[in-house]
Formats: sequence, C-alpha cells, structure tokens
Amino acid sequence: MTEPIAAVASSDVVDSTGMRYLESLPRRIVTIYVPIAAFLIVLLFPFYWMAITTFKPNAELLSREGNPFWVKNPTLAHIHKLLFDTAYPDWLWNTVLISVVATFISLTMSVLAAYAIERLRFRGSRYVGMSIFLAYLVPPSILFIPLATIIYKLELFDTRLALILTYPTFLIPFCTWLLMGYFKSIPLELEECALIDGASRLQILVKIILPLAVPGMISAGIFAFTLSWNEFIYALTFVSSSEVKTVPVGVITELVEGDVYHWGSLMAGALLGSLPVAVLYSFFVEYYVSGLTGAVKE
Amino acid sequence: MAHTQTALSRALENRSVLGGLFMLPAAVLLLLFLTYPLGLGTWLGFTDAKVGRAGEWVGLDNFEFLWGDAVTRLALFNTLFYTAVASVVKFVLGLWLALLLNKHLPFKAFLRAIVLLPFIVPTALSAIAFWWIYDSQFSIISWALLRLGLIDQYIDFLGQPWHARFATIAANIWRGVPFVAITLLAGLQTISPSYYEAASLDGASDWQQFRHVTLPLLTPIIAVVMTFSVLFTFTDFQLIYVLTRGGPLNATHLMATLSFQRAISGGSLGEGAAIATAMVPFLIAAILFSYFGLQRRAWQQGSGDK
Repeated sequence: MTEPIAAVASSDVVDSTGMRYLESLPRRIVTIYVPIAAFLIVLLFPFYWMAITTFKPNAELLSREGNPFWVKNPTLAHIHKLLFDTAYPDWLWNTVLISVVATFISLTMSVLAAYAIERLRFRGSRYVGMSIFLAYLVPPSILFIPLATIIYKLELFDTRLALILTYPTFLIPFCTWLLMGYFKSIPLELEECALIDGASRLQILVKIILPLAVPGMISAGIFAFTLSWNEFIYALTFVSSSEVKTVPVGVITELVEGDVYHWGSLMAGALLGSLPVAVLYSFFVEYYVSGLTGAVKE
Repeated sequence: MAHTQTALSRALENRSVLGGLFMLPAAVLLLLFLTYPLGLGTWLGFTDAKVGRAGEWVGLDNFEFLWGDAVTRLALFNTLFYTAVASVVKFVLGLWLALLLNKHLPFKAFLRAIVLLPFIVPTALSAIAFWWIYDSQFSIISWALLRLGLIDQYIDFLGQPWHARFATIAANIWRGVPFVAITLLAGLQTISPSYYEAASLDGASDWQQFRHVTLPLLTPIIAVVMTFSVLFTFTDFQLIYVLTRGGPLNATHLMATLSFQRAISGGSLGEGAAIATAMVPFLIAAILFSYFGLQRRAWQQGSGDK
C-alpha cells in the first residue's frame, strides 16, 4: 500500500497540503465526514433537546406516542411561566451583574499584576509568576468550605458581594497568566524607546502596552465572563435567598419541586441561561479560543 | 527636567516600588480569599468545627474516622474510577476530533466554533438537559433503543449504581471532549506540514506519520491539557450534584460532592474540610506526574536527536 503512494508522491507532490488529492472521495466520506457528523450530532443533541422541550406542551412531553423529535403544537407556556411566575428575571439580572463586576475587577487587577510580573521584573517576580500559575490550579471544590466560614465572619453571607469578591480567586490567576503571555510578546524595544524619550512607567503602560494588549484583554475578559456566568459551587454555598441567586443555582434549587419535574420550564430555564454566553461567545470565538489555548500553553 | 521630579514620581520609576504597588490589589485579594482559605481549610480538617461553632483541634480523628467510613471509601473509589475512565475516553475522542478538524474541511472555522459549545455553556444547565435525557420514564435514548428493538424496557439510567456511574461519566465526557479537542487542535496547527511531506517521501504510512511525527511533537501540549482535564474531572462537583446528588446508594458520590454534603448540608465543617484536604495529595501527584513526565520526555528527545 505504501509503496505506490510513495512513488507517486516523490514525483508529484508540490504543495504543502500533502497527498490529499490521492484520497478518493468515498474514503474521505468514511474516514472524515461520517465521524465528524457523529461527533456533531452527539455534541449538539442536548442543545436541540433543550430547545425542543422548551416549546413542547406538557401533553406531548409526557406521551410516548408520535415523533418525540419534533413539536406538533409549539407553546410559549413554559417560558411565560418562567418569566412571570418565578424569580428567573432576578437570577438573570444577578448573574449579569455579578459576572460583569467580577470580570471588570479581575481584569483591572490582572493587567497591573501581569505588567508588574512580566515587564517591571521587580525582585522575586519570577516566584510571583509561578505562584500565580499554582493559584490557577487550585480548584474551587477544595476552597468552598473555608471560604464559606470567611464569608460568614465578614457578614457577607447571602449577598451578591460575597460572589463578586470570591470569583476573582479563580479569575485573577487565569487572566494574569494569560496577559503575562501577551505582554511577553510585545517588543521590549518599544518600552525602551519611550523611556529614553522621557515617558514614565505609567505612561508606558497606558499609552503603549495597553493599546497593544487589547486582543489579550478581550480574550481574558470574555473567558472570565463565561467562567463567572458558569460558576456553581460558590453561588450554591454562599447564597440562600431566592432574590440573590444566580441562574445556574436558581434553576437547580428552585425549579425542581418535589417529585413532579416541570421539564418544560426546567429546559426553558437552561436554554435562556445558556443563550447569553452562547451569543457572546459567537461574537468573540477567535478571542475565546486564543484565550483557551493561550492559557494552556506554557 | 530632572530637578522638577518629585520624590513621589522618582519612587514610581523604581521597578520594585512600582511593581509592588501594581501587585498589591491582586495580591491582597488572593491572599485573603485564596491562600488564607487554603490554610484554613487544612486546619479545619483537623478540628471538629460545626456550622456556627468554632472547632477544637482533634488531630487525625477526622481522617481516621473517614478512613473507616464505608461511604468515604466508596467516594474515593468513585472519584478515581470517574477520573480514570472519563480522562482516558476524553483524551482518545478529543485527539480523534482534533485530527479530524485539522483536515481540510469546508466551514472549518464554523465547525470549530460549534464544537466548543458544550464547554462554554454552564455545566449545571447542560446537566439538566442530561437529567431529562436520562429520565427513567421519558428518556429519549430508551425511546430510540426500544424502537430499534435493542431493548425491551426503558433503562433506569440514574437509578442503578453502575448505570448511574456510566451515565454521569458520559455527561462529563460530553462536556470535556471539546476542551481537549480544541486545545490539541491548536497544538496540531503548530506542526509544520514539511515534516509530513518528508515522512511521506520516506514512505511512511498514515499511521507511521501519526505515531512518529504527530504524537512526539504533540506530547508537551498533551501533557498540559490532560493535567488540566484530570484536575477538573477529579474535583468535579456540578454534574454529580445536578444529576444524582451522589445517589443511588452513594454510587456516584465524588469526594467534592461528599464534602459538600457533610460540611454544608450536614453541618460538619471539620469532616467536610478533611475530605477536601484529602483530595490535595492526589492533585499534587497529578501535577508532578505531568511535570516530570514532560521533563523526561523533553530530555529523551534532546538526546535522541541525531
């Protein structure tokens, strides 16, 4: 099998795309398109199911007859119930508020910290950089118990401030680490020129580094926002009143009543809670992906 | 120019002063809400603290009790099983998906964007969709399998221990595969096509190219990605909390969900903190394994070349 291909390849291959043209279409369909289609169906099916359930009347939801993959009589009853009979709008507002404020605080602190570590290179900055990376690896599931006692002592229990102050514990290490990588890629010569021309360090940060780091800040900001939006364990532990809850916690703790599950409104809650991050993500896919891969790179 | 500078602005030009000043906000917040709780959590693990009552030092009592506690042992087993199975499958499927997405495809950017959706949507909310998909009476999977004639009655996905374990693992894999795939794809894209060209000129088959070109060059990023994946999976909480709350018969309790149950629902802060603290050695082991595995690999490649 390899012999003829190698023989043809050695004489014919000119472009860097390799020997793609040698793969026949049926072979490509079996080895590439079918697996990709299978991956997409599995990865997207839960979202389809969420959406279709949201618009199904209860009678169709609880029937085993007919085609379950489609809606015969779409209804807005579940969404109506969610928006007018539950505290869902409050949860949505809380999630937006907490995510925006926590992201803003974290981003500001991270820009300063990353610039100090990467560019000012003060004594011990290497070790600070290392500890930032280690802090990034500390999972919330081992912090929530002691944090709960601290929140209680500070009398912040059951307030939005509790979440705004604790979310930066995972946002700052992430954003700082990401921004350190971006600052590293900005040529030092730019700063040296400015220093020679008499610019102060603050002027350099504001007028030279920040404008060049805008893509990095967008990446970090988008990523931090989705992380805050998705946070669950702190919001579950530090907040107990309905009007302070975030969407993920509110849906889990308040829409599940007893043994009767209101699947329609549960799915509507999940769908409406997922849409804002999905829409935001769709506008900033490239930034998000570069944030994701930038954070993993060393 | 020099004489107009005040002492303050001179201090601001000093790297260490300015560096310290810039670090201050982040450092204060992280020390107060990350480093201090990390220490406090470890200390709580050695006390009999309850909700509303400061604890007293009890030494290793909590750990001794938990070691003899059947539920805790089960949770440890579940956590290791969950992490091992989910991580291996996520790696295999993630790498496969990354290789597929690295081919020349129409709508490549669009495909990459929608593949990542499961990862960016709140886990708690997608877990509710899985809860509905796994419903004992109205599960769509059971419906489809029944129609295809593969099963006789609806499967109780979350009601039986091993069913529930594999159902939660499947949901975790669903959420984790996009992360592994997209980060590995970024790694794949850094490999120069000229390596493949050279390999194919030398008569290497597709498998040989993958084994001797792709895999070695991808190893560093695989190590990092899988470390993150293992850490996330080992400390997972949301998925289990939403799908099963640790049931049936504690069959899906992970250490994180058990520590929440004991500390917050049950009020035994000390016991819960001890369970959380017991996770730390595993996390450190995973990080060290990846770190030294990576180093050895780099060293081997360095000396193996030429």
